[in-house]
Amino acid sequence: MGNRQWLLFPILLVLFALTFLIPHYGLLNDYIQLILIYVGINIIMAVSLNLINGYMGEFSLGHAGFMLIGAYVSSILTVWVFPHTWGPTMTSLVLFPIAVIAGGLAAALAGLIVAFPSFKTRGDYLALVTLAFNMICVSVVQNIEAIGGGRGFMGMDKLTTMSWVFLWALIAAWAIRNFIYSKFGRGALSIREDETVSDLVSVNTKTVKILAFVISAFFAGVGGALFAHVLQFITPKTFVIQKNIDFLVMVYMGGIGSIGGSILGAATYTILLELLREALQLLGTIPPFTLIPSLEIWRWVVAPLLLVLLMIFQPKGIMGLREFGLFVPNRDRFGARLWLKKRKSANANSPD
Amino acid sequence: MNFFFQQLLNALLLGSIYALISVGYTMVYGVLSMINFAHGDIFMVSSYIAFFFSAFLLRFAPHLFPILTFAATILVAMILSSLLAVIIERLAYKPLRTAPRVSAVITALGVGMFLETITLALIGPEPHQIAPLIPFRIYNLGGVSFSSNHIMVFAVSFICMFILDLIIRRTMVGKAMRAISFDKTIVPMMGVPVDTIISATFALGAAVAAVGGTMYGMVYSLDPYMGILIGWWAFIAAVVGGIGNVRGAMIGGLILGVVQVFVAAYMASTYRDFIAFAMLLLLLVFRPTGILGRPKIKKV
Amino acid sequence: MPILQIKSLTHYFGGLRAIYDFNLDLEPGELIGVIGPNGAGKTTIFNLITGVYRPTKGSIISDSMDLVGKESNWIIAHGIARTFQNIRLFKELSVLDNVRIACYSQLHYSSLDALLCSSRFQREEERILDETMNLLLLFGLDCLAEEKSKNLPYGSQKRLELVRALATHPKLLLLDEPATGMNPSEISQLMELIQWMRRKFDLTIILIEHQMRVVMGVCERIKVLDFGETIAEGTPWEIQHNPRVLEAYLGEEVVE
Repeated sequence: MGNRQWLLFPILLVLFALTFLIPHYGLLNDYIQLILIYVGINIIMAVSLNLINGYMGEFSLGHAGFMLIGAYVSSILTVWVFPHTWGPTMTSLVLFPIAVIAGGLAAALAGLIVAFPSFKTRGDYLALVTLAFNMICVSVVQNIEAIGGGRGFMGMDKLTTMSWVFLWALIAAWAIRNFIYSKFGRGALSIREDETVSDLVSVNTKTVKILAFVISAFFAGVGGALFAHVLQFITPKTFVIQKNIDFLVMVYMGGIGSIGGSILGAATYTILLELLREALQLLGTIPPFTLIPSLEIWRWVVAPLLLVLLMIFQPKGIMGLREFGLFVPNRDRFGARLWLKKRKSANANSPD
Repeated sequence: MNFFFQQLLNALLLGSIYALISVGYTMVYGVLSMINFAHGDIFMVSSYIAFFFSAFLLRFAPHLFPILTFAATILVAMILSSLLAVIIERLAYKPLRTAPRVSAVITALGVGMFLETITLALIGPEPHQIAPLIPFRIYNLGGVSFSSNHIMVFAVSFICMFILDLIIRRTMVGKAMRAISFDKTIVPMMGVPVDTIISATFALGAAVAAVGGTMYGMVYSLDPYMGILIGWWAFIAAVVGGIGNVRGAMIGGLILGVVQVFVAAYMASTYRDFIAFAMLLLLLVFRPTGILGRPKIKKV
Repeated sequence: MPILQIKSLTHYFGGLRAIYDFNLDLEPGELIGVIGPNGAGKTTIFNLITGVYRPTKGSIISDSMDLVGKESNWIIAHGIARTFQNIRLFKELSVLDNVRIACYSQLHYSSLDALLCSSRFQREEERILDETMNLLLLFGLDCLAEEKSKNLPYGSQKRLELVRALATHPKLLLLDEPATGMNPSEISQLMELIQWMRRKFDLTIILIEHQMRVVMGVCERIKVLDFGETIAEGTPWEIQHNPRVLEAYLGEEVVE
């Protein structure tokens, strides 16, 4: 059995190097670089949402709320709180990550709060709780004039770079992978399968749920912070329920049991929508389509349609419950087989 | 004091319309254990149907008695909305009846969003309003003014709710619906055509919502995104009343109308959303079965 | 020192009385049976002991620890395990994972350890992998470790449930109708298995069962329930000749 996990390290190193070289030497045009940044942010959002909706089988429809918190907290820090006199290198190497982490932590706190209702409610009810949470976040921000209310908040520097997004996406995928293949992750799976029995086989479902929500929310907050510092302008309306549909499509398209799937789903969906936008723009220049005003709105017709079709025909997603071997730790992938092999050879050596 | 009664009348008007929409949520949940997130958007579509049909009637049959135009508009809106709801149910929800619940809810969200964006794409974002099909008059009683709209909404809603309640309590369809909401496995074994009843439930919910949609379009205005906000309030109303309980949904609708109008009247209107959702959250956490709902016992 | 002490256990579901005044003093190492017609409240007792429901009245004490009001996972982590009437495995998960999940309370590392993949985390996981495989080996399921549990034949699934229960290192094991769906030779194997488990893992066992051969064959003491009430208690022989028991099962007096 071939294990090519060792290949992963140098590949990632090369990719990381590229994230510096591409912008520096303009190897790809700005638009594509921007798309890659969005892909990275969406990867973080999808992988973190998959933890709750996929692995734990819970029903969070409030992920955008965590994103909002991360976006606002980090932006407030970089625009109002942090000094502006530190120079670009120090700002991007020290202040920015601090702001991003702060955004993540603030979102994690909210995740902690949302975890508690999940103890007693499941399925549809939890969906409502998270949805209500999302809307409360939006309406609270809308009411706080000091941070711009409904008009939004701006003034952020474009601190998000491909390198930062790559790094954070890597951290998110790695941390969540480790979580999945630990007793907590297995506990999350058991909650999905049969929550009552889960408690009856010693899994502390409360702890697992809290951890899952906190970790998921943290990375959603990170995604929000990165998002805010590339868009440089955020309003509450950006984070309403519809945004969750994007994330849901990415997660379900990729496959609910798979980190690799979430990455795939996020990348595919982001790129697909961009291609669709380009195609529609192009189409709009060809008669008779020139008669249809704002053809691009149809992009937003396609997204939910895609979601519905996905749910009907492929509810488990592209990867389903399977995972790319690359992401699975050796112990989980080969552990049992190796153990059996060892036993066989031990028996061969000392028959009794 | 007059101000208070004024607001109360407005609250009950709005609440009646919420009630009409919320029964749709509650009936579908009772029968399928599924939250039809697209219901608010069906309400929106019904409003547009009423708008276009009434415009058509007013243009090509301007001499009809207003009450006939009104009745015809409502009827057409009801029929077409029911049709839409049944089509959605058959195409998008039925295939997912055995799938995990997550899929069904997400599909509903997707369908709803699809309805919104396709309306936006085809018709545009500008708000419209349905012409007053019943001649608009203002009345004054002891310092409190109200309009023919108030009378229309109260009268029509009341009749509608009454008929719905009768259907649910007295007819075979209604009894089958309630039976299914109690126990899904036994009912088909008793010869009840479950699929038909489920479609009937969707049709009924949409029809009642269409009544609300027509009136809403006359009293207020319509735009592609109205389904989201109104839908949500109506949904909160259903949860407040105890999801699965039709009478509860009606009461919940009125309660929500009162909350909405009074919060906007006595506090900044931006707090309206916040309070409604906070209410929902608290309810879900502390009394998820709502005011009239039945708690469920888990079996191991 | 009794391993389990139940006093005046009473439980109502709304207006329905499921269990009434149930008492039990269980010494370590005992193997007792609980029988009775369907709906007599037997599984409810298991549910009450393991914290699925909170009893309306009465006390449940294990090793001088009060179990009432405690979370199920706490109770399981403190030495009580159970199987289920209708097998409730984690169907989509592998045999190995089904058992490893139950090792939650046996794995000693924090979430931080897990997130960072620390050496402590790795050591613990290796240890549990080994322990789990050994346990599966004892029950002949080691070769199926990577198989999805839903693909296993019925008998193997029943054994897997046992393995999963044993993974929590229980002192007290609650078996809920383990003989369901078994033919006579399988039942004989089951009886041997129960005795063997009891010795090997130093267990105290409470057995709910309808198959009288199993109950009469392995149980030292039997309690008979009917409509939530204890109508008889005694050795297998005593129970077999108790008129009230016969009446409850057969609905009439049996003339010998």
